[in-house]
Amino acid sequence: MGDEALILARLQFAFTVSFHFIFPSFSIGLASFLMVLEGLWLKTGRGVYANLYRYWLKIFAVAFGMGVVSGIVMSYQFGTNWSVFSDKAGPIVGPLMAYEVLTAFFLEAGFLGVMLFGINKVGPRLHFFATCMVALGTFISATWIISTNSWMQTPTGFAINAQGQFVPAGSWLPIIFNPSFPYRLAHVVLAAYLTTSLVVGAVGAWHLLRDRTNPGARKMFSMAMGMVAIAAPIQIFVGDAHGLNTLEHQPVKIMAMEGHYESHPHGAPLILFGIPDPAAKRIDYALEIPKLSSLILKHDADAPLGGLDAVPDELEPPVAVVFWTFRIMVGLGMAMLGLGLFSLVGRVKGRLYSWPLLHRLAVAMGPSGFVAVIAGWVTTEVGRQPYTVYGYLLTAKSHSPLEASAVATSLLTFVIVYFIVFGSGTYYLLRLMAKAPAPHETEPAATPQRAAGITPAPAFAKD
Amino acid sequence: MSYSLDLATVWAFILAFAIFAYVVMDGFDLGIGILFPTLEVGDERDQAMNSIAPVWDGNETWLVLGGGGLMAAFPLAYAIILPATYPLVIAMVLGLIFRGVAFEFRWRDPGHRAFWDLAFSLGSIVATLAQGIMLGAVLQGIHVDGRAYAGGTLDWLTPFSMLTGLSLLASYALLGASWLIGKSHGSLQERARKWAFRLGVLTLAGMAAVSIATPFLAIDYWQRWFRMPGVLFTAQVPLATLVVSGLFFWSLRRGRERLPFLLTLLLFALGFVGLGISMFPYVVPQALTIWDTAAPAGSQIFMLVGTVFILPLIINYTAWAYYVFRGKAATEGYH
Repeated sequence: MGDEALILARLQFAFTVSFHFIFPSFSIGLASFLMVLEGLWLKTGRGVYANLYRYWLKIFAVAFGMGVVSGIVMSYQFGTNWSVFSDKAGPIVGPLMAYEVLTAFFLEAGFLGVMLFGINKVGPRLHFFATCMVALGTFISATWIISTNSWMQTPTGFAINAQGQFVPAGSWLPIIFNPSFPYRLAHVVLAAYLTTSLVVGAVGAWHLLRDRTNPGARKMFSMAMGMVAIAAPIQIFVGDAHGLNTLEHQPVKIMAMEGHYESHPHGAPLILFGIPDPAAKRIDYALEIPKLSSLILKHDADAPLGGLDAVPDELEPPVAVVFWTFRIMVGLGMAMLGLGLFSLVGRVKGRLYSWPLLHRLAVAMGPSGFVAVIAGWVTTEVGRQPYTVYGYLLTAKSHSPLEASAVATSLLTFVIVYFIVFGSGTYYLLRLMAKAPAPHETEPAATPQRAAGITPAPAFAKD
Repeated sequence: MSYSLDLATVWAFILAFAIFAYVVMDGFDLGIGILFPTLEVGDERDQAMNSIAPVWDGNETWLVLGGGGLMAAFPLAYAIILPATYPLVIAMVLGLIFRGVAFEFRWRDPGHRAFWDLAFSLGSIVATLAQGIMLGAVLQGIHVDGRAYAGGTLDWLTPFSMLTGLSLLASYALLGASWLIGKSHGSLQERARKWAFRLGVLTLAGMAAVSIATPFLAIDYWQRWFRMPGVLFTAQVPLATLVVSGLFFWSLRRGRERLPFLLTLLLFALGFVGLGISMFPYVVPQALTIWDTAAPAGSQIFMLVGTVFILPLIINYTAWAYYVFRGKAATEGYH
């Protein structure tokens, strides 16, 4: 069992989890959006909401299916590739993930069928209930899995038994509500809402550029931009709080994010840009603002901040990866704030639906949520290295006793299959989005109610 | 050996229930995937697909519960069985990916429907074979050293595991065929009935072959099945299987629509009891028992508290979802 197998296993996990994370970060937000649309339709009876609901439901079905199948891969990969981690941390992370299955996955899956196919079988109120349950399921799912991940980042409430396993020390509350959990959960859920808003906004803008009178496009663009304008500033605030929490519990990760190779006893600079040189342990061509890092992180310009020079080399995360992905995430966050403000200006000036520059920018920002989510995820996960359970279990001591050739084969297969399957899926999603929301679709309740199960119900009008 | 009702035993039964629920529920929708190439393009395939489209996702969730629950309640078993069957697990999840996305993609892209239908079918076949071979791999024993798997990448590959793989293929296809009898009409129902006959024969042959081969594996299975007075109990399993299979063929001949599926479920239940007799209380035969691999009580109690409330709730709303989509399936999607 050499280093090769370990590196391949890490690559495989990174590849499959990154792909997987794309879908929930979209479907968490989209499920809530659908819930709001159906709720508004039930309340106001306005057809535009029902049309938008049907339009986005088709997209949701494709995205959700891909999330389900890429998620099954994750639930088995802990055992196949990280068996030592599973044995040792299983008594803690296992129950958290089992609760995710019991309280979230079944809820989503049980009501998804009714949500997708049941509108003519159960009546509008029960159907709305099914939509709410799916949305609730996505949120509960995020809560448990983020709790699990956060425990790996900031483990608390455990003891280590004679077999070397992490076991609950007593109450489960300190395990579930570990120090980084509330911050990470808020940050991830907001990221999901932003990601979805940016996609919905881009689709609305795309169709507004072609026909600014399309009522569906107007409504979705307005709702999405409203959400971006509200969520982007909150996200920046939450992200900052999350960073302070990380400084308290994982200071080395912050050093890597900030690119602080050296300790700064009298106030650390904020490095805006630069090129990390891991061999020489310095940031080349650094563009920095003196003392700003101390001001942000410690709220005191002269506060001392430690650097990686105080950390043994073998306990350092890969600085360049963390440094770059963090900047990508923050940069995109600022761009989202800019788009939100721009849309507010458009709204005030009454040009929200007739400002091509705004629409083009919204289209360009469509995928930015996904990029920011993945970049942020890489920052926090690579920043946790060289540990799986931070401070206690090394990644190099977590993996399965597999032959490198077996892992190489599976990794190659995953790459090929994912590109075929999820490439096709993304193409189908884009094709659905390229179609303008039809203004005259029949409304769910207008379709005659049929006796359940006897005659084929056309459910949603075809378009 | 004590069979008192302790935590590990309770969890073994809960997980056995989850695995059984998975096997019969995903079994019939995987079975439809296996039968798919024999169905006519057009109405037959669309109707078969629509009969499972609203429920397949829920069915597959039991697999995630099986995996997650094993990691949570018996982490050491999870950490040994999965590396031991590595290529099979990877093949299974890849198969499930192809068949899972096909549900949506085949409607989204009529130009490539033939491709996604093939993906649906091959994915189902690969996933089923992988599960069946895994069963054989566990039954024939796994090389354990300390707290880790100590064998090679292909240890699972034996004639016995091939036999269990092929048997499961026949059994899932049988579940799919008998499900379709109840959910379809016309030519599809006729076809499903014909297949149910043939697959019924094949499944019983598979069950018999596995049952005969198992006691000859170099493990104490012989003792478990044929020692007095236990044999008075264990003999009931093959006897009941004979009775149920007789009823099954009778119900097919009488043209019953729902009974064949229910009897197939019973057949699976009996096979499952047989596996229980062979294995309990081992998770890795001859190497590790449920008590060797159990998570500490603190973990098992924490999960048990939630499970006793949530599992009945899950069963209820799952039953409701099946009830909403009762009756014959339509030939068109919601698209």
